Amino acid sequence: MAASTLTPSRLHPSDLGRTASVGLRTRKTRAALSALGIMIGIAAMVAVLGLSESSKWDLLAKLDRLGTNLLTVQAGQGIGAGSGQLPEEAAGMVARIAPVEATSSISAVDANVYKTDFIPSGQTGGISVQAVDVNLLETLGGELTAGTFLNEATAAYPTVVLGSVAAARLGIADVAHQPLVWLGDQWFAVVGVLEEFDLSPNLDRAALVGVASAETFLDHEAIPSSIYVRTNPQFVDDVMDVLPATANPQNPEEIEVSRPSDALEAREAASDAFTTLFLGLGAVALLVGGVGIANVMVISVLERRAEIGLRRALGATRRHVAAQFLGEALLLALVGGVGGVLLGVGVTAIYASTQGWAILVPTLAWAGGLAAAIVIGAVAGLYPAMRASRLSPTEALRTT
Amino acid sequence: MTAPALDREAAPLPPGRVLSIRDVTKVYPTEPPVHALAGVSLDVDEGELVAVVGPSGSGKSTLLHVMGTLDRPTSGDVVIAGHSVNALTDRQLSSLRARRIGFVFQQFHLLNGYTALDNVADGLLYSGMRLYDRRERAALALARVGLANRMMHTATKLSGGEKQRVAIARALVGRPAIVLADEPTGNLDSHTSDSIVELIEELNAEGATIVVITHDHEVAGHFPRTISLRDGLIESDALNGSGRR
Repeated sequence: MAASTLTPSRLHPSDLGRTASVGLRTRKTRAALSALGIMIGIAAMVAVLGLSESSKWDLLAKLDRLGTNLLTVQAGQGIGAGSGQLPEEAAGMVARIAPVEATSSISAVDANVYKTDFIPSGQTGGISVQAVDVNLLETLGGELTAGTFLNEATAAYPTVVLGSVAAARLGIADVAHQPLVWLGDQWFAVVGVLEEFDLSPNLDRAALVGVASAETFLDHEAIPSSIYVRTNPQFVDDVMDVLPATANPQNPEEIEVSRPSDALEAREAASDAFTTLFLGLGAVALLVGGVGIANVMVISVLERRAEIGLRRALGATRRHVAAQFLGEALLLALVGGVGGVLLGVGVTAIYASTQGWAILVPTLAWAGGLAAAIVIGAVAGLYPAMRASRLSPTEALRTT
Repeated sequence: MTAPALDREAAPLPPGRVLSIRDVTKVYPTEPPVHALAGVSLDVDEGELVAVVGPSGSGKSTLLHVMGTLDRPTSGDVVIAGHSVNALTDRQLSSLRARRIGFVFQQFHLLNGYTALDNVADGLLYSGMRLYDRRERAALALARVGLANRMMHTATKLSGGEKQRVAIARALVGRPAIVLADEPTGNLDSHTSDSIVELIEELNAEGATIVVITHDHEVAGHFPRTISLRDGLIESDALNGSGRR
C-alpha cells in the first residue's frame, strides 16, 4: 500500500454523547446512586429557595390584604402606669386625629368563659373575655367562619363572638343551633366564630362581648386597654408620632404604639435566617455529591481500563478518552441536577399547596441548581478524565 | 494539524508492502531492565497471512503492540501503511489506528452493554463516520463472519466463538491495511478455535493482510508464513508448504 494522507481521528459530537453515556446505561444502579448525592443537594436548595419565595409571596399578599396601616395603642408598663388602662377619653381623642380612618377599642373583662356551668372555675382554657366595639371586625379586616359579628342590637344582650382558638377550645365550630357558653356566671349565646387574626393573634384566644352587655351583665367598666387604629396609609408614621400624646396627654410615655404588620415582617426575617442555614446545608450536600461522583468516576476508570485500551486501539486520541469520562461525569451530575430540580419543585409544590401558598420557584433557584450541577460534574470529572487519558494503551490492554 | 503536513511524515515503502520493521528494540525500564525485543526486522506484504509464534516471554505481545503503534520502539523504526511511527505524534498514531490498523484480542474486549452490531460499528467510531453508515457497514461485516442472525444480541449473550467473530468483524469493518490478532484463539476450545482459524484464512483469501500472534504451533501451521520469536529475537521466518502467495 502506498503512503497516503492520514486523516486525523474524529469523533462525531453525537457519538461523544453516546460514548459518554455508556457507563450510565450499563451500570444503572451505580449511576443512580452517585447522581443521588447531587440530586439531594440541588433539591434541598431549590426547595428552600422555592419555599421561602412562596412564603414571602404569601406574606406580601397577606400584608396587601391586611394593610400595613393598622396601629395598636396600648397602655404600657411605664413608671406609675400600673393600671394597664388607657384614659377613658383616649379612643375619642385618637379618632379625632385627621388621617385616622377608624378606631376600635377593646377592654379586658374580669370574667372567664366555660363550656358549661359544671366546669371547675380553674379550667379557664386560657381564654380571655374582651369587651369590644361593634366595628372591631371591620377595623381589623377580619373574617368570620360562622355566624355574624356583634352589632348594635346583639351587643346589648348576652351574646358572644369567639376567636378561632377559643372556639376550638370550647368545642364550638358552628352557631346554627345557638350554642351557649357559661360566661361570668351566666349563659351567653354564641353568635359568631372568627377566623384567625393575622395581625392580632391575642384575639384568637378571646371571647368577645359587646361593651353594653359587658356593662349590663358582667359589671364591667369599659375603660379601653387597647385601641386599634386604621389610618390613611400615607400618614402611618405621622400618626404613630402623635398617638402617645393624643391618647394620654398627661403621660404620653406610658403609651405603647405598635404596628402589628411589623411582627409579620419580623417573623419573615427570622425565617430568612433559616433559609440561609438550609441553603448552606444544601451546598454541603452538593459538595458531598460532587465528591461522590469523583469517587465513582475514579473507580470507573480503574474498572474500565480494558475499554480504554480498546478505544485507544480503535483510534481514540487521549482527548477522546478524556472527553468520554468528563462527559460521563457531566451527565451524572446533570441527571442528578435535573432530578434535584424536579424533586425540589415537587417539595415546594406539595408544601406550598398544603399551606395555601402560591407555588413559586425563582428562576435563580432552578437555573442556578442546574448550573451548579454542571460545574460540580465538570470539576468532579476532571481528575478521573485526566487519569483515563494518561493511561498508555498497552498498559490499559494488559489488564484481563 | 493539517493533512498536507501529515503527508511529509509519509515514508516510502516498496509497492505492496504494508509493514516494515527495522532493527526494533524495546526495553522496559524496570530493575533490571527487560529487553522484550532485542533487534527485530521483518516485512509484511499486502495480502499476507503471517503467524508469529513463540513461548510466553518471547516478546510476541510487545512485537504486536509495536507493530500496532500502541507502543513506541526504544530504537529502530516501524513503517506502517506508509507512515513512520517515529515521525508521528500520539494523535497521529491514533489516526493511524483508526484508519489503517485493525485489532483482535484474546479477551475479545467487547462492550458488554452493546449489541453485536454496535460493537462492530464501534470499529469505525473514531473515523468520524455517522452512526447510520457505521451500522450499515457493521451489518455487512457481521454477515461476512456468519453472524447475520445474531446482530441484535448483546455481547453478554454470545458464545466465546461468536464474541471472537464479532471482534474480527470489528477489526475488518474499516477495511484496514493490516489486521493484528493477539492470540485470537487463546480463550477458545479447539473446535471453536479451528473455525476461527478457518475464518481468518477465508478473510485472507479475500485480500485481508493479517498477522496472528499465537503460542499454538498447530494454529501457526495452518498459515502460509511463520515467524518464530525467542528471547526478543527472530529465530526463524519461513514459508510453509505451498509457499508464499
